[in-house]
Amino acid sequence: MIKMEGVSKSYSTGTPALNNVSLHIRKGEFVFIVGDSGSGKSTLIKLLLRELTPTEGRIVVNKYELNKLKRRKIPKFRRNIGVVFQDFRLLKDRNVYENVAFAQRVVETPTRQIRKNVPAMLSLVGLAEKYKAKPKQLSGGEQQRVALARALVNNPPILLADEPTGNLDPRNSWEIMKLLEEINKRGTTVLVVTHNREIVNAMRKRVITVKKGIIVSDEEKGEYIDED
Amino acid sequence: MRISTLAYTFKQGFKNIFRNKTFSLASIATIGSCVFLFGLFYSVLLNFQNIVKEAQSGVAITVFFDEGTSDERIQEIGNEIAARDEVAKVNYISEDAAWESFKVDYLGEYADGFENDNPLAGSSNYEIYMKDVSKQPALVTYLESLEGVSKVNRSDITADTLSNVNVLIGYVSAGIIFILLAVSIFLISNTVTIGISVRKEEISIMKLIGATDFVVRSPFVIEGIIIGIIGSALPLVAVYYIYNNVIAYAVEKFSSLSDILKFLSVDEVFYTLIPISIAMGVGIGFFGSFSTVRKHLKV
Repeated sequence: MIKMEGVSKSYSTGTPALNNVSLHIRKGEFVFIVGDSGSGKSTLIKLLLRELTPTEGRIVVNKYELNKLKRRKIPKFRRNIGVVFQDFRLLKDRNVYENVAFAQRVVETPTRQIRKNVPAMLSLVGLAEKYKAKPKQLSGGEQQRVALARALVNNPPILLADEPTGNLDPRNSWEIMKLLEEINKRGTTVLVVTHNREIVNAMRKRVITVKKGIIVSDEEKGEYIDED
Repeated sequence: MRISTLAYTFKQGFKNIFRNKTFSLASIATIGSCVFLFGLFYSVLLNFQNIVKEAQSGVAITVFFDEGTSDERIQEIGNEIAARDEVAKVNYISEDAAWESFKVDYLGEYADGFENDNPLAGSSNYEIYMKDVSKQPALVTYLESLEGVSKVNRSDITADTLSNVNVLIGYVSAGIIFILLAVSIFLISNTVTIGISVRKEEISIMKLIGATDFVVRSPFVIEGIIIGIIGSALPLVAVYYIYNNVIAYAVEKFSSLSDILKFLSVDEVFYTLIPISIAMGVGIGFFGSFSTVRKHLKV
């Protein structure tokens, strides 16, 4: 599903953000990517979303060879990946329904289909009742669930969550992680970038640890390894 | 693009105007100011051109013939002159008509003393009016070369002055339009840049979800066009009332100069001003939003 071979990424400032990284994530896996700030996690996410191209190496995501992907084909590629961010990135001036429907509209889903899909997705994340609410009327956990619904409504084979619990209290964090696990059980490949040691250690999933741009460990049912 | 997507895009374009009221008002005010200045300037320019055109149409060249030139030859000369592109109108004044007109204009009852004599015998002529007086020297050279033509009367000073005024109006117009456009582009690009920075996040979300550039750009472009139409329509209403009142005042105040100062009616000015201004507004709105969104599409 996701393959990185000898991937390096250097910025003009000098030190490489990623150095000769290779990894393989299979279809239907649930993977944590952990590491400190500046370890190269964000660069990794940006490379997978084709926001950046690697300086060296090869990246294949769901049969798309990202190094060779033409600019005009990027939108079609991105429809394979649902993304959730730490800061939710919801459209503040639109209600819950419109935020989720927005993802379907930009990929030109017929309106009749949108009217079926959006309520179903809102039910899945437990927000069917709040479809009229604006983001500022929701708690952090609820906002993240809207973001999750938006990421999943187009039924992408891969879900990328960048610090999805970073702005949430422990109870909401667990709710979001439970949802991600549920989504994974339905067949979606889930990649979670996180700092949350407690959750990583409790969930016993595959853990890839990145340090200074290098993968220092990759373990099935792994744990959060201390940096020092 | 699907019809439902197109409808959604239009709806978003309209909604965006209300979502970002401050930005929309600032953009409308910016486009409105530029179109307002343009409208005023254009009205003045059109009237100047009209006054010069009226003056030009009164400038005539008179052609006299050699003694004994046959009526057939005079007719031929008239046909040749009328066939030329720069000639607007050719009037034949026979010696009898010239004498009759002279008697009425200058002699009155004293004309009886001349009985059947015509002191203007041999003064048959063509009065030639030109479309463009700047071509007068070339036409005069041509007329003088014609067989049977004895003399060509013209007013070089009037023709030169009018041509020069025309050229000057052309340069001044080009200069002012250039300055107005430069100022509009500067103001509008600033306004749009401020407005778009608010939407930067929205654009980046759309791009990460997998929206094509076309889908991302369309609502912004539609919003820009609507703002352009509103921004150009409002000042046109203002210019309409200002023009009407100023012309009414000028006609009343300078009634003694009504032969020289012939102002265009508001309808004549707006016949061209409306499409030009709306096209300007739409163009500024379209290119302003199109180019500014493009900068943020590289996500």
